Amino acid sequence: MTDSILKVEGLTKHYGGVHALEDANFELLAGEHVAIMGDNGAGKSTFVRQITGVEQRTRGKITFMGSEVNFAGPLDAREAGIETVFQNLALADDLDVPSNLFLGREKILLNLGPFSILDMKGMREATEEGLKRTAVKIPNINNAIRNMSGGQRQCVAIARTATFHSKLTIMDEPTAALGVQETEQVENIIRTLKDSGEPLILVSHNMRQVFDLVDRIIVFRRGRIVANLRKEETDGQDVVAYITGAKTGEEYLGAA
Amino acid sequence: MSEAALPAVAKARKKKRHWPPELNALIGLIGIAIIFEVLGWMVRDQSFFGSVTRLKIMILQVSIIGIIAIGVTQVIITGGIDLSSGSIVGATAMIAMSFAQVGTYEKAFFAEQGWTDLPVVIPIAIGLSCGLFAGFINGVLIAYTRIPPFIATLGMMVSARGVAKWWTKGKPVSFPTDDFAALGAGMTPVVIFIVIAVLFHLILKYTVYGKHTYAIGSNEDAARMSGINVEKHLVLVYSIAGLLAGLAAMVLSARGLTAQSGMGVMYELDAIAMSVIGGVSLAGGRGSIVGTAIGMVIFGVIISGFTFIRLDAFYQEMIKGAIIVGAVVADVHRQKRRAAESD
Repeated sequence: MTDSILKVEGLTKHYGGVHALEDANFELLAGEHVAIMGDNGAGKSTFVRQITGVEQRTRGKITFMGSEVNFAGPLDAREAGIETVFQNLALADDLDVPSNLFLGREKILLNLGPFSILDMKGMREATEEGLKRTAVKIPNINNAIRNMSGGQRQCVAIARTATFHSKLTIMDEPTAALGVQETEQVENIIRTLKDSGEPLILVSHNMRQVFDLVDRIIVFRRGRIVANLRKEETDGQDVVAYITGAKTGEEYLGAA
Repeated sequence: MSEAALPAVAKARKKKRHWPPELNALIGLIGIAIIFEVLGWMVRDQSFFGSVTRLKIMILQVSIIGIIAIGVTQVIITGGIDLSSGSIVGATAMIAMSFAQVGTYEKAFFAEQGWTDLPVVIPIAIGLSCGLFAGFINGVLIAYTRIPPFIATLGMMVSARGVAKWWTKGKPVSFPTDDFAALGAGMTPVVIFIVIAVLFHLILKYTVYGKHTYAIGSNEDAARMSGINVEKHLVLVYSIAGLLAGLAAMVLSARGLTAQSGMGVMYELDAIAMSVIGGVSLAGGRGSIVGTAIGMVIFGVIISGFTFIRLDAFYQEMIKGAIIVGAVVADVHRQKRRAAESD
């Protein structure tokens, strides 16, 4: 597993005079699950927004699947195979599960421009397959999303990944708003992704979750990466020390 | 979620699903029908629904506004509103009718140019274009300048009424060709309504257009994130609403064999009321053509019912206003309950 999925070099983002992200270097290998940790405002979300094309970076180079990319917007990133699950779910509450999964990229039976006829059966079957792959249980996929619990909704958002065979999944605090059982369900999906070798970047504040799920932990502090730790070589206290600034990784000394 | 909790939740959700707003509207319709039937026997000593002629007139009265309501329903599903349909009816009726006059009428609007006795497709095409154009302007204003739909269509409401009056300097336009008059003859308006209703029911349910219409009303940001061109879609929805208002205008003027600049006043509110009574949510994302059709029939029953029990026209208007507000109150109540449920 030495194939590089995502390589970020010198990624920098300034909002006017605010240096939200400074010279971030990062590499994600095939099948790897990496957590991004850090205090509020440390640059985690800024980092994710540059990669997913939600914002345009000030400087730096992003290489995805071996070629340099410049995403003009989140759609470009999605088309390239980066599926992002945001904290505020991008779901249409009044639509059912297949309609949400395929929103904006519907399967078509007969192409008539905007009045193209939908392949309802095809979308339902692909949805069921995607849910099976992620082991997500939704009682009735024809129900409107509105009628589902927070956990189920989050699972639907995550199931997009499996349905579209994305090459990289990014989750921005996927369990922040969920209860204990629902969190467990989402974590199980993440384990399923791991088992099928799909790479993941997980932004999380939950130390237990991070140590349970990922291979590697990247710590951000004040817009810079201050640590790159293998899970086996660190522990919770160590990570907290990096987050709070009590410690800085050797290779990053002088940066922060 | 644990395995044990799952079926219980599923059951509870399922129960709720069996109660769509269309069903509420249908029950409301049956209730109102029974009330008027009873009132009929009490006041007039005869059956309200016993007369086929009365039922025919009832459905004829509302089906023209029903055509407008089908467009308005789609606008409301996107989370918008269209206040301009009544004025678009006025302007379109005047313009289309002036291209549909007979040559034997020497005061025809285009008598000098000799544009009389034209084949019926010409006034129809012109009428549809007028409606489409007005709707297109609405859509462009709303989608690209980000003016609230309420304001944009309010402006169109005033301007289109101005066009209706300016076209003939306020004079009515009469004497259409037989072909044009056929659009409004007999039960044709009802047939046109049914065709349009079935068409848009299928479009909303089974096409990309329909999915995106609901998605935009449900969560505009999510729709945009998913790659839907929200702006383009809104222009399309408002254009269709304008087009249907234009169609209704021609049916209406053909039926009356005349077009007047004051035609269609307040039709927009009737159309909105039909939609809301039929369960279309003003918050967007919810509603259906089936619901609007039921809402239209409810509207018809109420209007003919009042006439049947010989209620004064003044009271009719007062009560109609109350019904519109009542339907919106019910919608707000539904939204609140829904918000409470999803917490």
